[in-house]
Amino acid sequence: MTKLVCIVCPKGCRLEVDEQNGCSVTGNSCPRGEVYGKSELQNPTRTITSTVRLTGAAHRRCPVKTAAPIPKHLISDAMRLLDDIEVSAPVKLGQTIVPDICGTGIAFVATRSFAAINY
Amino acid sequence: MNVSYELIVIGGGPAGMAAAYGAWRHGLRRILVIERDGELGGILNQCIHNGFGLHYFKEELTGPEFAERFINMLAEAQIDVLTGTTVLELAPGRKVHAVGSRSGYNIFAADSIVLAMGCRERTRGAINIPGTRPAGVLTAGAAQRLVNIEGYMVGKRVVILGSGDIGLIMARRLTLEGAKVLACVEVMPYSGGITRNIVQCLEDYNIPLYLSHTITDIRGNRRVEQVVVSKVDDGRQPIPGTEIVFDCDTVMLSVGLVPENELSRAAGINLDSRTNGPTVRDNMETSAPGIFACGNVLHVHDIVDFVTAEGERAGAAAAAFVTAQTPPGANLLRIVNGDGVTYTVPQTIDRDNMGDSVAVFFRPRRIFRDSHIVVEHAGGTLKAFKRPHMMPGEMERVNIARDVLAGAAGEITISCKELET
Repeated sequence: MTKLVCIVCPKGCRLEVDEQNGCSVTGNSCPRGEVYGKSELQNPTRTITSTVRLTGAAHRRCPVKTAAPIPKHLISDAMRLLDDIEVSAPVKLGQTIVPDICGTGIAFVATRSFAAINY
Repeated sequence: MNVSYELIVIGGGPAGMAAAYGAWRHGLRRILVIERDGELGGILNQCIHNGFGLHYFKEELTGPEFAERFINMLAEAQIDVLTGTTVLELAPGRKVHAVGSRSGYNIFAADSIVLAMGCRERTRGAINIPGTRPAGVLTAGAAQRLVNIEGYMVGKRVVILGSGDIGLIMARRLTLEGAKVLACVEVMPYSGGITRNIVQCLEDYNIPLYLSHTITDIRGNRRVEQVVVSKVDDGRQPIPGTEIVFDCDTVMLSVGLVPENELSRAAGINLDSRTNGPTVRDNMETSAPGIFACGNVLHVHDIVDFVTAEGERAGAAAAAFVTAQTPPGANLLRIVNGDGVTYTVPQTIDRDNMGDSVAVFFRPRRIFRDSHIVVEHAGGTLKAFKRPHMMPGEMERVNIARDVLAGAAGEITISCKELET
């Protein structure tokens, strides 16, 4: 039996996951808690957010996220992919920044739009 | 741009945008949002992490995504926005004095006003940390803006004081950007942040959390070189002999937020010393008729979705005020804070004019397990709400139905009570 705090939403339900019993979950107050409890033991994933260099816009950094949660062990590899990326405005929310993170098929996408500006 | 509006919203963060949109949905058309920064969105723009919007949009968004949706909603509703403009004064008769380098000096007249100025971070000066005064001591929100928007790294070896949510978020963010976060130090015996952030931001990255500890010395000449951390006793006094020395170059503070109410105070609006925000009725109206408040200027929230909901309520109430001018009813119920309740928002309920139910927000004074939130009147229990777990870091909410309050007069008491086991 493993005790976990559910992080799907800010509520923080206290889960108990029974590894002897096919990772059955108790203590959750919604179905997403059950999915989280199972995957946290079997294949933990996280959505990663960061920024990349941005030119031609009002700000110098463009915020990005993984379009879906990626395996937890790939976090530092994923971060390294962003080091050399530079995007230039205009940027559209949801625009692909890195198409494939470490063979997962999951992309880094922009989380904000930027208009192009001329100084 | 008009000089008179049905509603002027002061502050274009999540609360102000929701208030403007809420008023628009309830029929107002001449609405102005005044924002000090160069763009709408407020703190959301620098909160690039995800976890926003689960309640309101039913999906998980980052801060900038959440902001952009509202910015687009306001644009479609053709709500006027004045950025780069600071409100200087709320003058009698709901006159709003505002100044900006491009907008100039304007005096706008408003049928109603929503205060949505947000809050500020407490600084080193607010908590009197001993030691030298080197560079490298900054608040978590300032660090967040530097890293996420302006693109500057704030340090290499970091000690965080306080376990508020922004501090926890920044512990993870700085770790991902290559810094070593040595410790998160919290003076209370429990975390000030929501549980989710303890798990996702500290435990995921093996950052130790020192509960019942505080910083007792900052050392360094030009730049921070060391901090000394000591255990504290039950009275939060440092215990000699428990010192731990960390070699670091940065101290990041996440030690609380204070609603920014200079405008409200100068306008003579009644403030609550517990929240540092205006006192409000259940329709979010302050002591000044036609002036409403919502979001972190009213009380400091944990979750933007609740700010949005509060903003929409304030906007809807402003619209009702403009169209009907209903004065408060004769049966104003004052909410008294019982055991375990540090404050409530709203502070009073207008029983005659309340909707089908009223949401009352508060923070529990300590950690409660297997408890009830009890609403009482004249010694009798009107309603009890079961709660398996409550903590000061997470705001609580109860929805009190209109019929529950039918027989109440004068005041009601809300308290937290542990169940006998």
